[in-house]
This record gives sequence, structure tokens and C-alpha cells, in this order.
Amino acid sequence: MCTTCGCGHGETTINGIAPVRKRHASGPLGAYRRLEQGAAHAAEAAPLGAAHAPEVDPERTIRLEHDILASNDALAEANRRQLAQQGIFALNLVSSPGSGKTTLLVETIQRWARQTPVAVVEGDQQTANDAERIRATGAPAVQINTGKGCHLDAHMVAGALATLRAENALQDNSLLLIENVGNLVCPAAFDLGEAHKVAILSVTEGEDKPLKYPDMFRAADLLILSKIDLLPYLDFDVDAAIRMARQVRPGLEVIRLSTRSGEGFDDWLAWLAAGCAKAQRG
Amino acid sequence: MHELSLAENVIRIAEDAARHAAAKRVSRVRLAVGAFAHVDPDTLQFCCELAARQTLLEGAEFLVERTPGQAFCKDCAQDVALERIGFPCPLCGGFDLRVTGGEEMRVLDIAVS
Ligand SMILES: Nc1nc2c(ncn2[C@@H]2O[C@H](COP(=O)(O)OP(=O)(O)OP(=O)(O)O)[C@@H](O)[C@H]2O)c(=O)[nH]1
Ligand SMILES: [Mg+2]
Ligand SMILES: [Zn+2]
Ligand SMILES: [Zn+2]
Ligand SMILES: [Zn+2]
Repeated sequence: MCTTCGCGHGETTINGIAPVRKRHASGPLGAYRRLEQGAAHAAEAAPLGAAHAPEVDPERTIRLEHDILASNDALAEANRRQLAQQGIFALNLVSSPGSGKTTLLVETIQRWARQTPVAVVEGDQQTANDAERIRATGAPAVQINTGKGCHLDAHMVAGALATLRAENALQDNSLLLIENVGNLVCPAAFDLGEAHKVAILSVTEGEDKPLKYPDMFRAADLLILSKIDLLPYLDFDVDAAIRMARQVRPGLEVIRLSTRSGEGFDDWLAWLAAGCAKAQRG
Repeated sequence: MHELSLAENVIRIAEDAARHAAAKRVSRVRLAVGAFAHVDPDTLQFCCELAARQTLLEGAEFLVERTPGQAFCKDCAQDVALERIGFPCPLCGGFDLRVTGGEEMRVLDIAVS
């Protein structure tokens, strides 16, 4: 277990290697120390009687008001600061399994044509298949295997960023694409330090997914409706899907895309370029 | 099952605070879980009891308080109570809602001795 944030990812590996558990660098640790001190001060504020009669050991209440995700959020903020310092535009791609995330990344890297350098972090419970598919394009990729874990957290991504950095693969003013574990539920809760979550919904999944899994769509800043080349074979109602997505996330931007026909790539690449331009350092 | 990793966070937060207060045991933990928090309260409670084993929280009681969902409706410019994400504004039926409350997941306080 991580001694700083206590997150129990005993089975997590990065590029197949179980990272050595050690304390995080000064940033998040400092933040956490402050929280601990806060707790200690709260303890001092316990009922006066308690302090004067320790041998009685009376029950007392300690007020904490401590956010359960504070440790993850502090690490995510540290990731975000580091990425911002390097002018890196980072995205967290979330969807159910098989919506086409890796295919989208592979096609994106090929069509991006090195407008900026690209690096990829792949999250899956098992196998290095997706990272290998990315590396085949020539882009650097790190595979996080979460074991039984069903989402990426900020600590795992910090480890992946360190691995990329050690390989000199995290360049200034680049694009960083993080493919989360295929899961429409809990990745919504875990900030990784990304600029935006991008939700991907394939048209084979049914148009009511945004209402069935609202947390994920509400957390997203862009929805990619994928595999639209299959629409002629399905009765998927595109307008209804977009309406339901905007019901949970007002104003959500939507791009309809197919990696087969190439439809939608102009919009997607333009969206990426705009994000990179904003993130880049002058 | 991300409730288990959240429960491990709860145990760690409570144990740290108890140690700082030189307490030997935590008998009760009060949690606040908003209506829109990404967690199922019953599962969280169950996972906390599991994760408490062999810690200062062994056998502790976990109480989960639900806090209501709130939103600001841009269509009718009102603060409204919202039961669920995806539901319309209860006043005007609009969907242009900005969530203003009900997302929290916090350890409120602990009882120690
Ligand atoms: N028809 C069609 N099939 C697609 C498209 N994009 C991806 N697929 C297919 O969908 C399947 C899953 O694609 P992946 O890219 O592996 O999906 P993923 O979301 O990365 O999957 P996980 O990482 O396992 O969650 C593959 O068989 C792809 O060939 C598309 O635009 N159209
Ligand atoms: Mg994949
Ligand atoms: Zn950690
Ligand atoms: Zn999870
Ligand atoms: Zn209204």
C-alpha cells in the first residue's frame, strides 16, 4: 500500500513492473501533511475534560470534515501542475469496454502526423495489448495494469508519467492521451490531472447510456459518438442519444466519428489542436 | 468495486486522526455522502466494515448521512432540490441545471477513546 495516500493498488503494474512503494515527492506529501496537522488540531479541540483526565479514557468526538478523495485529488493536482509546466494537453478517455478507444488513439496518432509529439498511457486490468497497438504506430506508450482494480487513479498516472519521463517520452508542448479502464462507472470519480475527460459512446451500446450511467457523461467535456459507420445496420437514435447526454451535461460538445470511414476526424483533430494551442507555453 | 478503495481511504483518514489524538480505538465514524456522489452508501458502509478489520477501527460503527442534491436552474434562475442527475428542474421542467450541492464524500467526525 502507498504510504502517502494509502491507496491499495497492490496488484498494479506499470509496463509489467510492480512499482516500488515509496513516499511521493514533496508536493502531494506537503499537502497531505497539512491535512494531518488539521486533524491533529481538531483533536486538540476535543472536550477539555478529556485532556485533564487521560486515565479515564472517555470517548470523545474528533471533527474531521475530511474529503475521502483528498489524497487522490492532491496527487491529481500535482500531475496537473507538472503537465501545465510542460505545456502538455492531457485527456482522459473514458467509456465502456470495446467502444473503440484504442482504435481511435491509433488512428488519431496516424492522422495527427506529428503536429506535436504524442504519448499514451493505457489502462487495462490485464495484458499489454493496447500499449503494443500504440507502440506499433511509433508513439511511446506506458501500460498500467490495474489487476482487480476497475479504474485508473492519480497515483498510478503519476507513476506512468515518471516512466515516460525516464524514457524521455514526455516532451514539452505535447499531447498526452490516457485510455482509462473500460468501465462506465468509477473512472468518473477519480481525477487524474487531465484537462478534460472525453467520453466515448459507440452506437452499438444503445442511446440511453447517458441516462443509465449519468456520472460518467456528466464528468465529460466532450462526447465522441463512435462507430457511426454501423448506423445503417442499427436502430440507434443519434438525436436521442445527444439529447440524453445533454440532459445530464448541459451544453456537452459532441463529435460523431468513425475510424472506418474517417468521418468526424476533421472535427476531432481540430478540437485536439485547439486544446494543444491553449495548453502550450509561449 | 471502487467502494473498497474509498473505504480504505476512510479507514486511513480515521486511523491517522486517532493516532494524532493518541487514541487507542475508534468506535464510530460519521460519513457524509451526497446524493450525486459516485458511490453507493450501503456498499461503502459494508466495505468500511471489511476494511476496518485489524485496524484501530475494528468493530467500529459506520454511519452514512445522505446530503441532498441541489442545483441552480438557468432556465428559471432558481435554486432547486434535485433528486437525481438527468431529472428535469422540478419548477420549470428545464434541463439547464448546474449542480451546486450533493457531490460530497467526507469523513465528518470520529468517536475515539
Ligand atoms: N465498425 C467499426 N468498428 C470499430 C470502430 N472503431 C473500433 N471498432 C472495433 O471495435 C472493437 C473494439 O475496439 P477497441 O479500440 O479495442 O476498443 P477499446 O475501447 O479500446 O476496448 P477496451 O480497451 O477493451 O475497453 C474492435 O474490434 C475494433 O475494430 C469503428 O469506427 N467502426
Ligand atoms: Mg483499449
Ligand atoms: Zn498512492
Ligand atoms: Zn473502479
Ligand atoms: Zn427551472
